[in-house]
Amino acid sequence: MEKITIENLNLFYGKFQALHNINMTIQSNEITAFIGPSGCGKTTLLKTMNRMNDLVPGCSLSGRVLLDGDNIYGDIDVNMLRKRVGMVFQKPNPFPMSIYDNIAYGPRTHGIKSKALLDEIVEFSLRKAAVWDEVRDRLKKSALGLSGGQQQRICIARALAVNPEVLLMDEPTSALDPVSTSKIEDLIVDLSKNYTIVLVTHNMQQALRISDRTAFFLNGRLIEYSDTEKLFSMPKDKRTEDYITGRFG
Amino acid sequence: MRSRFDEQLDGLNQALIQMGSLCEEAIENSSVALMTGNIALAEKAILIDEKIDRKEKEIENLCLRLLLQQQPVAGDLRLISAALKMITDMERIGDQAADISEIIIIGKTHAENGTLYIGEMAKATIKMVTDSIDAFVNRDLRLATSVIDYDDTVDAMFTGVRNEIIKRIENREINGEYAADLLMIAKYFERIGDHATNIAEWVEFAITGIHRGEMDS
Repeated sequence: MEKITIENLNLFYGKFQALHNINMTIQSNEITAFIGPSGCGKTTLLKTMNRMNDLVPGCSLSGRVLLDGDNIYGDIDVNMLRKRVGMVFQKPNPFPMSIYDNIAYGPRTHGIKSKALLDEIVEFSLRKAAVWDEVRDRLKKSALGLSGGQQQRICIARALAVNPEVLLMDEPTSALDPVSTSKIEDLIVDLSKNYTIVLVTHNMQQALRISDRTAFFLNGRLIEYSDTEKLFSMPKDKRTEDYITGRFG
Repeated sequence: MRSRFDEQLDGLNQALIQMGSLCEEAIENSSVALMTGNIALAEKAILIDEKIDRKEKEIENLCLRLLLQQQPVAGDLRLISAALKMITDMERIGDQAADISEIIIIGKTHAENGTLYIGEMAKATIKMVTDSIDAFVNRDLRLATSVIDYDDTVDAMFTGVRNEIIKRIENREINGEYAADLLMIAKYFERIGDHATNIAEWVEFAITGIHRGEMDS
């Protein structure tokens, strides 16, 4: 089922065109990976999916981004959009507060005050993010005291706490060691049963390992988009082949 | 930026060419031994088979190292996996050339002048092996396909040899032991043709990403 549909999307930073006529669909409950060299527009496109680009001065766009058929650049509540479409960043960025408050932050801003309900959400989210067993005894301690891998899972739990439908992940393991990376990858695969995941990665082996579909971008254009296995074994476009085999990029 | 990888792939290509030449040399020696009764050439084919076995190990190690170090994808992955499959067939070709030579040495068997299609078969299979390796080296899809098609001709030659052997047994021109040896040798040549066909199919896969086996199933 189509979760997100992007139609004729062009995006400009001032006069610079960062995305050129992007058309693609993101399927529900799948992991879609975006790959391509630095500056190819993959993160920019990711950010259009929950309107994070609104915050960039001089950014303008044309075309449509549909979430379950509704244009998110139409008349909608951006806060509600970001509740439905959560984001996890490259570097773990827990708030400088306790683990518990990190997770409860989102639900509180959406008006949940009941301690019992918040407790439930915090445990549920931390369990979902596969970090509960490691932090259950130190929920009141600062999240900044955790390891990088744990912090990233806290950030994933924080994104899950507002019960999103889509998770946008911008190189979520690039700052982590191999063991933490492996844990996050397992977690992402597990989460894809319940959430739609869009993953920007520079690690092509990671895209191969965990994603269902892969999109290759170059100079703001979508060059090739297909089943991951197909794209990495028999790419159609020579530019894709040259990039994934390390001939440029 | 991937110069080391390219050098390693070039090394793989060279090693496959060398292994292919050894295969051609082994069949050539055993077939000349068959036609002339030159036992020394038959013995040489057996020695070449040992070299082929060592080459197979060397290429196998290289391929596994490339898979481990470079984690290849796309065309690189197809090339390396095709190479891994091809060397198995090349190694079998070496074995069969040695098997033919053993029959020649033990039975002092050689095809008398004017005998049969067996000399033609030997030439045809050498050409199939040469062409399959050339197709790999030059990434020549058309040549690979022609090798595969040519296998039917070699199969028909085998049937011709078999029919002729039967006829000559009936006419009491040849004794049972000689007939059995010749039939075995003809069968080995026919199998060499099959292995050359397998190689050509992997060449097709390396180029197109599609293996005939998948299309048939």
